[in-house]
Amino acid sequence: MIRLEKKGRNPFIVYGEEKSIEEQLRRNILLTTVDAMLKWSRRNSLWPLPLGLACCAIEMMGAFFARYDMARFGFEVFRFSPRQADLMIVAGTVTRKMAPIVKRLYDQMSEPKWVIAMGACAMAGGPYNSYAVVQGVDNLIPVDVYVPGCPPRPESLIYGIMKLREKIKQEREAKIL
Amino acid sequence: MKREFEKDTGVKTDIIELNMGPQHPSTHGVMRIILELDGEVIVKATPVIGYLHRGTEKIAENRAYYQVVPYTDRLDYLSPMSNELGYVMAVEKLLGVEVPLRAQYIRVILAELARIASHLVWLGSNANDIGAVTVFLYAFREREKIYDLLEAISGQRMNNAFLKIGGLAGDLPEGWIDGVRKFIKEFPEKLKDPDGLLTKNRIWRERTEGIGIIPRDLAIDLSLTGPPLRASGVERDLRKDTPYLVYDELEFDIPVETAGDVYARYLVRMEEMRQSVRIIEQAIEKLPGGPVLIDDYKIVPPPKDKVYRDIPELIHHFKLISEGFHPPEGEVYFAVEAPKGELGYYIVSDGSNKPYRLRIRPPSFVNLQALEYILPGHLIADAVAIIGSLDPVFGEVDR
Ligand code: SF4
Repeated sequence: MIRLEKKGRNPFIVYGEEKSIEEQLRRNILLTTVDAMLKWSRRNSLWPLPLGLACCAIEMMGAFFARYDMARFGFEVFRFSPRQADLMIVAGTVTRKMAPIVKRLYDQMSEPKWVIAMGACAMAGGPYNSYAVVQGVDNLIPVDVYVPGCPPRPESLIYGIMKLREKIKQEREAKIL
Repeated sequence: MKREFEKDTGVKTDIIELNMGPQHPSTHGVMRIILELDGEVIVKATPVIGYLHRGTEKIAENRAYYQVVPYTDRLDYLSPMSNELGYVMAVEKLLGVEVPLRAQYIRVILAELARIASHLVWLGSNANDIGAVTVFLYAFREREKIYDLLEAISGQRMNNAFLKIGGLAGDLPEGWIDGVRKFIKEFPEKLKDPDGLLTKNRIWRERTEGIGIIPRDLAIDLSLTGPPLRASGVERDLRKDTPYLVYDELEFDIPVETAGDVYARYLVRMEEMRQSVRIIEQAIEKLPGGPVLIDDYKIVPPPKDKVYRDIPELIHHFKLISEGFHPPEGEVYFAVEAPKGELGYYIVSDGSNKPYRLRIRPPSFVNLQALEYILPGHLIADAVAIIGSLDPVFGEVDR
């Protein structure tokens, strides 16, 4: 947004000949729509609620630590309280015993909120087609991005979050409650 | 505490119940503990498990023997190789086959790498829970190197399914041993980072020493295994007591501590990682050549080029993939020393191609019993240190 025009010139400092009020306005005011601004700010600071349920949680942790370092994209703020999060990463097997808790955590998150289903289990039950496992977290809550794999590599998760960013960017109107 | 306060002030107080988990950063997955608190002090703790019950044992009854291997990976997902090892060796015992020597050595290397990887996650998360976040970064840095090694042989970072009944899924790729050699050469040096941050750190010691003591008798009564048992002064390790694979040809020590507290468990695990490095060093030196699979094509698939060329091999391959093999009737129990303790598989066979019953004895499930006994009397803040020091993994506890 801000372009350094000449080397060594700070765009925030008004230099001698540019002191006129028009010039100052031109440099410091940005016109946009509320929608665009909301979407821009939302997609650049998603705060995830890591719902690490099983093996996929380990790869999710891997994505957040030194080698893959999600902090580069602005998603490193893990919030274990649903009240402070706006992105739920369901990483692992959702069992029937855990299902009401997943639902409740989702309900407790404040709008706008998004969900990533990470791994085969969260997508569709994965290898566990048994009496105890919910066959996909989308039976309980709406899912925005599916990240396949068993477990997905950290790169896949990061790619999934990138896709989610695109999705937020393309929303017709930013959700305002 | 409650009674004293009431006597001093005349105000009536009550015990409160606090629900910890199942969504809690320090319960290492999905455990719930119902804590009854008197002020900050825990008077009663009731663990509630089962939030990750996936029905593994029931699923196994409907799968051919070789199809169960990937499910065992997902039990203790911090060390998939150890889980596979226990299962394939139990089936091999049932079949009465012995794998070639080279495969045995490679299995030892993989199992010990898994031990290091598992202990690294424990180290990071236990320290993180107590407040030392940096250690997690160091631990994961090393763990990623182990992932690279495992990826090179199996194509996947975790849940590898590399061990097969009757040997290994393939021989080692070229240069892999050099990679392991490099890793174990650097690892003891790198381990000094977290070691230097914690072992003599006064805050760490005050948070862990004298916390969560498991007396020797209690540890035996609860049939704990693994580091929690050895930290209470019992020298028991299946690698020494009932040697399997080639462990009796390798030299290593079993670290034992007597204090039984969180700090003792920390020391035991740290030393175990160093001993694992020793084991891997020797195993690499002694690694013989030869095949990595037995050549009984009723149990292991024949090599691909033979399948394409010869009719009998093609038939074996087809039979094996579509139906599996039929072990003799009977029952068998086999246990290995997994990073978390004794991991046992009990298989009942009725002569069909599927296990009639597969019972898994997971170490963390048994070790977790101790919580109920050791939590009372501690502060809430110590609860996370104690849970972390038992190192439960819920894929294994709930199965
Ligand atoms: S998708 Fe695979 S790795 Fe992920 S939780 Fe399910 S079984 Fe584990």
